[in-house]
Amino acid sequence: MSFLDYFRSKKTTSANVAKERLQIIVAHERGQRDQPDYLPQLQAELLAVIRKYVQIDDDMVQVEVDRNDSCSVLELNVTLPEHSHSH
Amino acid sequence: MARIIVVTSGKGGVGKTTTSASISTGLARRGHKTVVIDFDVGLRNLDLIMNCERRVVYDFVNVIQGDATLNQALIRDKRVESLYILPASQTREKEALTKDGVEAVINELSETFDYIVCDSPAGIEHGAQMALYYADEAIVVTNPEVSSVRDSDRILGILQSKSRRAEMGQDPVKEHLLLTRYDPIRVEKGEMLSVGDVEEILAIPLLGVIPESQVVLNASNQGTPVILEDESDAGQAYDDAVARLLGEEREHRFMTAQKKGFFARMFKG
Repeated sequence: MSFLDYFRSKKTTSANVAKERLQIIVAHERGQRDQPDYLPQLQAELLAVIRKYVQIDDDMVQVEVDRNDSCSVLELNVTLPEHSHSH
Repeated sequence: MARIIVVTSGKGGVGKTTTSASISTGLARRGHKTVVIDFDVGLRNLDLIMNCERRVVYDFVNVIQGDATLNQALIRDKRVESLYILPASQTREKEALTKDGVEAVINELSETFDYIVCDSPAGIEHGAQMALYYADEAIVVTNPEVSSVRDSDRILGILQSKSRRAEMGQDPVKEHLLLTRYDPIRVEKGEMLSVGDVEEILAIPLLGVIPESQVVLNASNQGTPVILEDESDAGQAYDDAVARLLGEEREHRFMTAQKKGFFARMFKG
């Protein structure tokens, strides 16, 4: 590492920011690429059902399919707001 | 049997047509009978870059629809022997490119050509999908810039799921990364993604790095594929890429800043 690099490494360059942002978005989009076509619809309907009972935001229901060699797992994550247990 | 190579990117303006012109010229210059097809129906430009815009009589869609034969539509390059151009239609809808129609043309070309280079339109819609559908290899043209890299990754996803090779369960399309408009000085300053960064994100083998160069615009102004500018860095970089495409080992060049100032020399030894 050269003398100048020593100073450069102290600050975050815009290229580093670009790389980090790309790594995150590309990983996210690759994950969605292999998902079945029905997933967005399933997610919307699940959201509607849950909203009959608990008020939650759009991004609080996550649906994903994990494929292994022998089977696929439908993973459903619902985050409830803190004071959702009583009305 | 011809090798079918698509030049694609997702994003527009990154250098697909410039690359198609230079790669096809380079292949032909090495003695391989090559045809380059413009898939950008409605926005044809390959003819301008290759300086044959006034010689277009019939086009790709005319051939597909049976209004002209391939021999009538193919334009023979005046500079390089065994190089032919099949221009896109300027007036038809993109949907005029049907899967069966494109296949028939490619099959007929396969009988006499060694390489078929498909210049894809921008985007991920019908035209781009037709251009990549029959490909054996793909040159993914990418600029070191966030939107281009992201779009390249999307087009890689389409190559892996919607190409004929993917649909038929054959060996996948062979992917190559071509990084264009690369500015090593800005990379050193931390203002531009480096070759290594883009390779790491896209995770496909590097075919070449084309440096940002004024020669590219000068060449397109005159309708000369930049690879024919033998003295220029961009021209040499394209020639290296063609050599690698044909299996030659060539060290990558033009990836570090050439001109070093006094202080840089002092500190870097």
